[in-house]
Formats: sequence, C-alpha cells, structure tokens
Amino acid sequence: MSTSGNPARVWARDLAFGVRFAVGGGREGWARTLLTAVGVGLGVAMLLLAASVPAAFQSRSVREDQRVASYSDATHAGPGPHTLLARDAATTFRGNGITGELVRPDGPSPALPPGLSRLPGTGEMAVSPALHALLDAPGSALLRERLPYRTVATIGAAGLSGPRDLYYYAGDPQLTTLNDNAARIDHFGASSSEQPLDPVLILLVVVAVVVLLVPVGVFIGAAVRFGGERRDRRLAALRLVGADRRMVCRIAAGEAAFGSLLGLAVGAALFLGVRQLASDVTLYGLSFFPSDLRPETALTVLIAVAVPLSAIAVTLLALRGVAIEPLGVVRNAAPRRRRLLWRLAMPLAGAALLYPKAGRGGVSDTVGEIQVGAGAALLLVGLTALLPWLVEATVRRLGGAGSVPWQLACRRLQLTPGSAARMVSGITVAVAGAIAVMTLMSGVGTQYTRPTGQNTAQAQMAAYIDLPKGTDPGAVVSAFRGTPGVTGVRSATTAVAATVPALARARAVFARKHDPDVFADVPQISLTVAGCPQLEAYTGEHGCRPGSVYLIGEGDSGQPVVRPGETIDLAVPDPAATSAGSARPWTVPATARTGTAHVDATGAQHTGVLATPQALSTAALADPQVQISLTLAPGVADAPDQVRNTAVRFDPSDPTVMLSATDTSGPFSGIRRAVLAGATVVLALIGASLLVSTLEQLRDRRRLLAVLVAFGTRRGTLGASVLWQTAVPVVLGLALAVAGGLSLGALLRAISHTPGGYDWSGIGTLTGIAAGVVLVVTLASLPPLWRMMRPEGLRTE
Amino acid sequence: MSIGHTFLGLLESGPRHGYDLKRNFDERFGQDRPLAYGQVYATLARLLKNGLVRVDGTEPGDGPERKRYAITDAGVTDVGRWLDQPEKPEPYLHSTLYTKVVLALLTGRPAVGVLDTQRAEHLRLMRELTRRKATGDLADQLVCDHALFHLEADLRWLELTAARIDELASEVTR
Amino acid sequence: MTPVPVPDPGPDTGDLLMVATGLRKTYGATPALESADFSIRPGEVVAVMGPSGSGKSTLLHCLAGIVQPDGGQVRYRHQEMSAMPDAERSALRRGEFGFVFQFGQLVPELTCLENVALPLRLNGVRRRPAQERAAQWLARLEVDTVAGKRPGEISGGQGQRVAVARALVTGPRLVFADEPTGALDSLNGERVMRLLAAAAKDSGAAVVLVTHEPRVAAYSDREVVVRDGRCRDLEQEHAA
Repeated sequence: MSTSGNPARVWARDLAFGVRFAVGGGREGWARTLLTAVGVGLGVAMLLLAASVPAAFQSRSVREDQRVASYSDATHAGPGPHTLLARDAATTFRGNGITGELVRPDGPSPALPPGLSRLPGTGEMAVSPALHALLDAPGSALLRERLPYRTVATIGAAGLSGPRDLYYYAGDPQLTTLNDNAARIDHFGASSSEQPLDPVLILLVVVAVVVLLVPVGVFIGAAVRFGGERRDRRLAALRLVGADRRMVCRIAAGEAAFGSLLGLAVGAALFLGVRQLASDVTLYGLSFFPSDLRPETALTVLIAVAVPLSAIAVTLLALRGVAIEPLGVVRNAAPRRRRLLWRLAMPLAGAALLYPKAGRGGVSDTVGEIQVGAGAALLLVGLTALLPWLVEATVRRLGGAGSVPWQLACRRLQLTPGSAARMVSGITVAVAGAIAVMTLMSGVGTQYTRPTGQNTAQAQMAAYIDLPKGTDPGAVVSAFRGTPGVTGVRSATTAVAATVPALARARAVFARKHDPDVFADVPQISLTVAGCPQLEAYTGEHGCRPGSVYLIGEGDSGQPVVRPGETIDLAVPDPAATSAGSARPWTVPATARTGTAHVDATGAQHTGVLATPQALSTAALADPQVQISLTLAPGVADAPDQVRNTAVRFDPSDPTVMLSATDTSGPFSGIRRAVLAGATVVLALIGASLLVSTLEQLRDRRRLLAVLVAFGTRRGTLGASVLWQTAVPVVLGLALAVAGGLSLGALLRAISHTPGGYDWSGIGTLTGIAAGVVLVVTLASLPPLWRMMRPEGLRTE
Repeated sequence: MSIGHTFLGLLESGPRHGYDLKRNFDERFGQDRPLAYGQVYATLARLLKNGLVRVDGTEPGDGPERKRYAITDAGVTDVGRWLDQPEKPEPYLHSTLYTKVVLALLTGRPAVGVLDTQRAEHLRLMRELTRRKATGDLADQLVCDHALFHLEADLRWLELTAARIDELASEVTR
Repeated sequence: MTPVPVPDPGPDTGDLLMVATGLRKTYGATPALESADFSIRPGEVVAVMGPSGSGKSTLLHCLAGIVQPDGGQVRYRHQEMSAMPDAERSALRRGEFGFVFQFGQLVPELTCLENVALPLRLNGVRRRPAQERAAQWLARLEVDTVAGKRPGEISGGQGQRVAVARALVTGPRLVFADEPTGALDSLNGERVMRLLAAAAKDSGAAVVLVTHEPRVAAYSDREVVVRDGRCRDLEQEHAA
C-alpha cells in the first residue's frame, strides 16, 4: 500500500478498495451495505416524490381544465350540430365528493369531453372506474338510487383528474336552457384560471417544503452511518497492515459512495414501485396516475449528485471524531466538552435571516422565498447542532442512582451522548418544523377560517331547492318529512320581487334590445314566505298570526326598502328569459310591521319582505326556491345520503349542504392537510431509521446481552433500560423541538403579520405522535432483543 | 540435574560439612526426594578424586561428620563452565508411555484406557503441586511451576494422542 | 447458606449439589451433547476438560439452565431444572449461581464497582448496600483500585478479577466458569485462578470450571473429560 503514484490513481484505487469492502465483507458486510442502501433509498424515494409534486399537480389541473363544461364560454348562439346542453350534477355520497354533468346533445355530432368516444344517450351514463367500483360496492344502494342511469361506458384516463376520481356523464333528455342551470356549449375545456397564491400562503408553502425535506436529509445522514462502529474496526485493521490516515478516509469514502449509489438505485426502484401504487391511494381526497408523478429533471439531477456527495461528506465528518489507530478505534476517550457557543450560531443565523422580513405580510418574491427558506432551514438544522450539547449537559447531571434499568441507560448515555443525540435529531427537526408550521397556520388559520354562523345544534343539513313550475312547496316539505333519518324539517319559500317602476323600465328596454341582462340590473327585493314560528325566529318579533307581514331592513342603515302599503312587482323574469312577461303587482299590507334581521340555523338572514302564506301565496312567486333546514336522527349514518336522494328528485345538482360551524378557505386547508400528511410520513420514516440503529446497537452488544441473561437478568430489566435509553434523548429532543418550533413559528408569524394564539392542542398531538413513534420503535425492537438474549450469543467466540 | 555441580556451587560460598551440603541441597532443590547420604558421600568422593574439592579440615572424634570440604580453583572453573553451557533439550523420543500405548494397540488392549489412566495420574500430581504452590514461598512456586509446565506438556501429548488414537492404531496394526 | 431441608427424592442425589443424567443437546444437525452425565458436591471444584467442540460449553449452559437440553435431566438440590419455567430458572441463576466467562462480560458503560454490584441490584438490593458489598469483593480480589474505572480502562487480568468478584458477590452455591483465563497470559491466569479457587473455597461455593488448560484444571478437586458429547469421570473410573 504505497501512497506514490498520481493523486487521481491513488484516489481511484482507495475508492475501489472501499467498494470492495462494501460488497466483500461477507454476509455482515452485505447486510450493512444493504441497510445503508435501503435507508438512503427511502430518503431518495421521498425526495423524488417531493420533486414530482409540482408536475403531478400540474397535469392534474390541466386535465381538470380540459373537461370543464364552461358556462362562461357558453354560446348564446342557437343549437347546432356540435352543441349540447350541459348541467352540473355534482353530489356527495358518504362524504365522497362525486362530480358529474348531465348532458343532452343538440345534434348528431356533439362536442366530446376528453376520455369519451360518444356522449351517453337518454338514461345512460359514462362513469369513471372509481365511481364504477363505488356503484358496484355493496352498501351503495342509495347511490344507485340517486344515479338511476344505465352504465354504458367508462371514462378514459384523459378525462379524469386522478385514478380515484369519482366522475360521471349522464344523458338527460329534459335539459333545457330555460332551466337556468343548464348551458349550451360547443366544446369542453376552459383556459386555465389559475390565480396567484397569496403571499402568506407562499410563505406557508416554502416553510412546509423546508420542514418536510430537512428531516429527510437528516434521515439520509443517519442511514449513511449505519454500521459505523463495525466499519471503524475494519479500518483499524487496515491501519495495522499499513494504510495511512488519508487512505483510510478515502476507503471509507468509497464505501459510503457505493452504499449511497446503491441507495440511489434502491430509491429509484422504490419510487417507481410507489408510483405504481399511487393509483390505489387517495390522500386527503387527492389521487394521482402513476404517469403524473414525474420528478422535475433539474431536481432529479440535483438528488443524484447531492446524495452521494453528502454521504461522503457525512462519513468524512464522522471519521474526524474518531482516531482510527492500527490497534483499534480510539473515540476521544475524554471527549471534548461540547461548547455551546458555535452550536448556538447556526440557529441564531437562521433567526437573523428571518427577522428582517418581519411585518412584511408574507413572501412575494423569489429572493424572499430563498431568504425565508434558508433561514428556516438554518434554524432547524441548528437544532440538531444544539441537541448533542443539550443531551450531554443533561446526562452529565444524571446520577447513576435509581433502578438498574435507569442506571444502565444513564451510564450508556453518558458514554455516548453524541450517538444518542444523532438518533433523535431527525425527530427533533421534524417535530420542530411541524410545530412551526402549525403555529404559523393557527395564526393564518384565524384569517382563513371564519365562523359560518351556522347553528349545528338546531339543524345539521340544509337544502335549497328551486321549485319546479307547478310544484307546491308543501310537496317538497312532506317529501323530506318522509325521508328516513330526518327528525325535523323547517322550510321557507324565497323569491325576489322588484319595485314596479324599475321593472317597468327594464321591460321597455327588453322590448327594444331582447337582452335578458337588463333584468339582472334591476334592484331586487327579497321575499320570504314561511309559517309564523319561522318568521318569529327570523325577525325576533312575537305575536305573528296568519296574515302577518314583516319588513326587514338590509345593510347598515337597517331601513326597509319597501314601505307598508307600497305595491311591488312579483314577476321578475329569469336571466335566460326570452320574453319580458307582464307585471304581477302585490301590495304590502298597511299592517306590515318593521323589524330587524336575525340569523337562522343555516347562518342566513332573511331581509326584505317576510310574509305568512296567508298574506302572500307561494303560487304568486316567480322562480321560488324552497329553503329547508333539517334535523337528523343522531346515529343514523346514511341519513345525509337519504336526504340527498330526496333532494335530487327535485334538483339533480344535489342542492344539499352539510352545516358546520366554521369554514376554512380551500388552499389553506389543502396546505394544512399536506403538512400533516407529510409530517406523518416523515415521522414514520424516522421511526424506521430509529429502529434500524437501535437494532444495530443491540446486535453489537449481543454477547453482553447473552452474558447478562446468563446471570439471571430479567428481560423486563433490559427492555426498560432500552426504553429509558431512548426516552431520555427523545424527551430532550422533543423539548428542544417545542422550543425551537415555537420560536420559528413566532418569527414566521411576525413575517406573515398575523395575530393569534398558539395551537397547543396541535403541538400536543404532534409531540404525542412523535413520542408514540419512539414507543412503537422501542416495542418493535423488543422481539429482536428477546431473540438476542438467547445463550447462542455466548457461543460466538 | 548434576548433583556434583550443585555441590560445587554450594561450596563456592564457603566450606561446609557433607551433612550441611545435603541439608542445603534438600532445602533448595530436593523438592520431591531428599538426597540419600550414600549418594552425598559418593559424589564428594568423585569430586575429590577429580581435584575439584579438597578436604578443608578433619575434626577430632569418630562421628561420620568429621570432614569439611572446600572448593578448589579447578572446581570454580568447572562450575562456571557448567553454568555457561546450555542444557541439551531432552526429546524423550522413546518414552515409556509411547511404548505402552503401542503395545496396547498391538495386543488389542484398550489403548485409550492407558492414556486416560496416565492422564488422571498426571492431573492428580498437578493438583498436588498446585496445592503446594499455594502454601509455599516464591522459590517453591517457581519449582512447582517448572514441574507443572512439564506435566502440562505431557498432558497435552496425552490429549493429542487420544484424539489421534484411531489413526495410530491403523498405522501400527498395518 | 444453610441448605434448605427437602425430601430426598431418590438414592442417586445423596449429598450432591447438582446431578445431570443423560443430557442431550443438538444445534441444528450438529450434536453437541449425547447422553452426558455430571455431578458435583457442595463446595467441590470440578474441571470440565476436553478438545474444542467437544461440548464443554454446551454442558455448562445446560447445567446452568441457560439452555434447555433436548433430553435428560438436571437436578439442582432435588429440584428438576428442566421442568422450571424460564422466569424461575432466571431467578435461580440470579440468586444461586455465579458466572465467569472468557471475555466481554462486563457492561462497558458501568464502572467496575457498579458492574460487581449489578447482580445484587438485580436481586433487589438497594444501591448503597450493594455497592458496599461490591467494594468488599473488589478488595478481596485485589482490584479495589479500579473500582471507579470503566471496563475499557483496565487490563484483561483486572477485568477477569472484577468478573470473579461479580460472580461471587451474591454468595452463590455454584459458580460456572467458562474458560475464565482463556484470554490471559499464564501469570495473570494463575492469579485469577488462585483468587477464584480461594474465594470459592472460603465462601463454600462449588465451581464448574470449563477449561482446556491442564494447569487451570489443576485447581480443581476432580476432573471430568467431555469427549464426543459424552462425559467421563476419569478418577472415579480409575478408582473403580
């Protein structure tokens, strides 16, 4: 082993040596290399998955845009050979959102949506594979009843947002443009209507990405160190036959490089495998086709280069802490006391990057994104630098007092505080990051989550049904009354009217221009017809009798727009009207009383004219809508679907809503879900690495364990010591995570300029999950521990 | 061990009677067997004859202990030569034990039995020496260790032979 | 240490501390023991010798209840050990037996004193009295100077003496020593054996001493040879 020769050849030779050790160390060597490869592979697969997210969302939204029957693009021209009538008919079944269109071709060759070769005819439907499966599933009787069409075709992938997309097209011969919910279109698809994300949401996204990827990096770092102690001993043997310090480093680098390259291959394979499974998985309502998951090329190249390089860097860094001497490995026997100062520098630098951004109300430019991302990453990674110091400083103070397991665990931690800290640094970073995001979200969330004013104690569901011509509201009400699972029904019929002069002017314009839009500009007066109990609730007045009429003011002034004794016109034409019709005057009784608006169970206020049916007949109303609020029998799981089935008899586009006390804005809840899902996956990943390193530690101590068993140590004693040994650093790590996460969260909140308290229950949940991961890991390591505690360990001599 | 050379070595520190020589010898070297008087005087007679010792004086009376012996210059030279000369390692190529084993094999008697019997006897002796070692001084310990190491070597040979007895049997009886 | 009076189950055990008959143990396809017999009296030191792979260690593991034999019986003071559940055998090992192995037996992160105190602590003795007794035993084995050091910081001979102290600290009736001097030079080996034998004798403990070194075996009262998985008591045969 001479060090002569040109440097490149020396390097090549030593790296090759390392590779040979990685593959040639017998079963042990292979096991170690495979372990590293699998660990790195898991991390790489995560990174590839993250790198495919942008493309996945993009191809998904492109497909969604292409199938839209856009009403804004609706043609005003008459029917032609390529036109068709389309009407949205989305519904919900057992919490699954189903999207659908009712279609009726005008001519022989109507426009086709992507994924279909012909439109379904009368009474037929084309369904997505997932909906097909849902329809066929036992227990879907209510859904089959709601979609009573014959399935004649399956929608192809080009017409689906994802493999689990629930979508259908059904042929409905009764569609007309007169019904204002149907539109005449001559093509499917709309230009993308992407709105730029809110700066605060961009901040949230940047932080979420950092928070999810930093732990993956930490995980890969840990995976590269698998089997480190054994490797050090082997390198010591090489020193004995004459390798110098630098050769040993190069050989170790070769081993690490090989392991991580293998890891890249494993990661790619794993990613491809997971991609195939993607079609079977729905995560928070999202599903993707395998072909949607395409990692961005630049990111893929970055991963392929950065992973082996950082593996080598981590290995060389780890070798710095040990002196590999010919006669064995000398870990700095009296380890340098870890100094606090430089370990504090990294998180402080992160904070310094974040602080100037405070009060900006979010991030709106690339430089800002990078600054915030880097600051958050520095702060989080800085926590992993602080952790070894914290662990060391704490366990130094822990005496050997207490029970035997506690003593064993404390002493072990005192001997190797660094490796204990390394084990939990991933969890610390992941939890700190997630806490930061949750803190930011609880601030942002108060902005994006608002109370709906709905009272779910009074009613759990509501339906808004446009009353078909000639239908009596009473029929609708009794249909709901007879629905299984419904215990209470309250109804009101609403419509609009206008002042007589305003409507008369509009009719005159329409007569010249034939543009129905003129009616849309007429100021409208809301009408509500309901029984006395409802009217008293809406107005807060008492003493309602059949024939009573109330006038409720709108807006800040609170002044009713109509006065008692005034005559209004009830015949407001609909926006698609082809004729102006004639006036239908109604005079507000002089006895009408004024009142103030009160919020009903659905969170709505009824203003304008509120009348009992005896004062204003529902038959006189133009395009009346029946508003129904329903009380459901608790514990009847399919009550909502029973209600929906009743509702679609009157309106195929499912006019029901579930009531809830708060409402969260779409993108916000999406990010929140993604962060929670990501944090869960990352914690599971870290749990896997914890398990591996725990098992490895145990394996290295196999002989000692066997000896301890020989002299009668109880299994519980050793199990408890393993638990303590993990629990102490985990508690410290979690404490640091909470502190660091709250600080980062506070900084981010200062940047987003949002007020709000801390999400203690969320922090508690997250910390609990992390602690649970550790508990699971410890439990999972017990069976191997039992197995290792067999006397066979004594025989390995 | 050469008793003659040992006597010369003891006399080098000063003249003494034959009885004193025997006692000194027994104390230091005669761990197992004390010297017989006959052997003492026979050895001294030989040394006298070779001019390595002389009679230093004769005491009056008629007891056996009348003569005192002293070393001569030739005797001192002889002791030095003896100490400088390495002992020839003794290979014991034809030990009695080997002979017994081969004979047992040839006559169809249980050869392993011969070995085991010997083994038990060796270990019994080793145990005795180990016990003596525990109570004796350093000199005792070193002497006992010397014997123990030799016995251990024999015992290892016994183990080895026992392990290869079948091989030996097939060669001997061929 | 007074023996608990138990009804005599048969003529074979007599005043013996442990009797094993017809032990069989197979690892995979390799038979390690085939019908091995063994017995030891209280306070007796019995050397178990034999070539490598003859089954010496397996015999020791079976006798100590670390391994369940595939066949045969081990009786310890009239109790049938193969009938005991694992917890009971563990308790027996904790309370009645002591162990010394060749190497790698001290817990590396505990100090020598804590290592010696460990069996007492496992038996429920409180920390302070346990460490006091451990300190006495360290002094007894002439290694009290290393009490505060970790096993990595002391010599092999010192380590073995600490291990002997640990084996004897609970006052066991029976000590199992598996090549206790195997990793030591002869001077250190002698010293460990001398102290082990003397300390065992003083406390009345019997010792099962597995070794391949005749000089170590010479510390025994009796020798048993394991050959091809069978035990032979040469002296008894010789006497008979």
